[in-house]
Amino acid sequence: MNVLTSNWSTYWHGFLGTLWLTLASAALALVLGVLIAGFRVSPVKPLRAFGTGWVTVLRNTPLTLLFFIVVLGLPRFHITLPFFTFAVLALGCYTSAFVCEALRSGVNTVPTGQGEAARSLGMTFGQTLSLVVLPQAYRAVVAPLGSVMIALAKNTAIAGSFSVVELLGTYRTINELGYNIVWTFVWIAVGYLIITLAISALFNVLERRVAVSR
Amino acid sequence: MTAPQEDAGRPAGEPLIELRRVNKHYGQLHVLQDIDLTVGRGEVVVVIGPSGSGKSTLCRAINRLEPVESGDILIEGQPLPAEGKGLAKLRAEVGMVFQSFNLFAHRTVLQNITLAQIKVRKRGKAEAESKGRALLERVGLASQADKYPSQLSGGQQQRVAIARALAMDPKALLFDEPTSALDPEMINEVLEVMRSLAAEGMTMVVVTHEMGFARSAANRVVFMADGRIIEDRVPEEFFADPRSERARDFLSKILKH
Repeated sequence: MNVLTSNWSTYWHGFLGTLWLTLASAALALVLGVLIAGFRVSPVKPLRAFGTGWVTVLRNTPLTLLFFIVVLGLPRFHITLPFFTFAVLALGCYTSAFVCEALRSGVNTVPTGQGEAARSLGMTFGQTLSLVVLPQAYRAVVAPLGSVMIALAKNTAIAGSFSVVELLGTYRTINELGYNIVWTFVWIAVGYLIITLAISALFNVLERRVAVSR
Repeated sequence: MTAPQEDAGRPAGEPLIELRRVNKHYGQLHVLQDIDLTVGRGEVVVVIGPSGSGKSTLCRAINRLEPVESGDILIEGQPLPAEGKGLAKLRAEVGMVFQSFNLFAHRTVLQNITLAQIKVRKRGKAEAESKGRALLERVGLASQADKYPSQLSGGQQQRVAIARALAMDPKALLFDEPTSALDPEMINEVLEVMRSLAAEGMTMVVVTHEMGFARSAANRVVFMADGRIIEDRVPEEFFADPRSERARDFLSKILKH
């Protein structure tokens, strides 16, 4: 217990780092994911091709490699940003590919007649997607999206190797001070559990909500 | 029954929908072969034919839910625009009623009717709702406004779908087998609504197997087989004396019992 109490401030900063990384990356991933999913089901061929390319590249690249590309690559184009922002970019783009695919599988559960009816009433592609198709895809998407977000929370640990303060990285500081390594990691694990269990709880609530509507 | 074409107050002949040499394939299958069809303002055209004859495809091609490969489709003399804002605008003018109703499952009956009014026609919520309720009244479903589509019977859902299409104040309505998915006892309630629309002078293209409706409400019957229009005549003549072997064969099969 004294591992936690004596290093409270280190843990707390690490925990907050992981929390903010998760929230910021989740926001970016959701925005990009919806956009790319829209591209992938759009009637415009170049957009579809871009969406497919985006998902193929990001989903099939190791996240660590993506971090190297962002952190070492972008500065070559004179783009220098705080490490935190780099990390959010890497995590957000990577996760957006998974969000996109979860949404797309949800879109495919909505009968084609729904989209046809919307179009026959004069709705544009964007209106059809946002007013008719996505709201109905939503219920099929909640559970897989929860898994994607939990994976994202755990993936933030990689940012620790790229000079971002986050939970897993705190073990180095605490270990150097000579504290018990096992307990150090137990408290780190508890920190992650707080975040991931909170995400599951949130998605359970969402799932119950879409189950009652309609 | 008074045939609608004898309604003197309505100018006939002015073309609203025109198809010129329209062609479409599904792979090897030539579903639409050089289709020429003109529908005048206020006219009710019933399209009949054996399944697979291309009649549904024809109906869906008119508002480009089904793209065609060649030929021209004109609405009020204007060619159908390519996919995009222009096409969306035009679709708002041509309502469509589907075999499987396709009511928005996540919206109430009233919201089904107001959604496109608000988002496409840019009407205020109050205006859209009062129009929606008036239309529900008209199709006999005023008490169902706050239910979800899945809580209604098929016939009720289809009447809501007609009200939804009417809410856009369309110039024409397309019906793609509107009663084919209904239990027999519900067919009439939908046909009644369609008859009253026809009597009011709505321009309608109706793909159906309901010969009674074709006889009583249509100005013209178009008989299709194998992707071609075989006959295009007034109903009394067509049913009394079909010219083609295909039509005679078709009628003998469906009118026998």
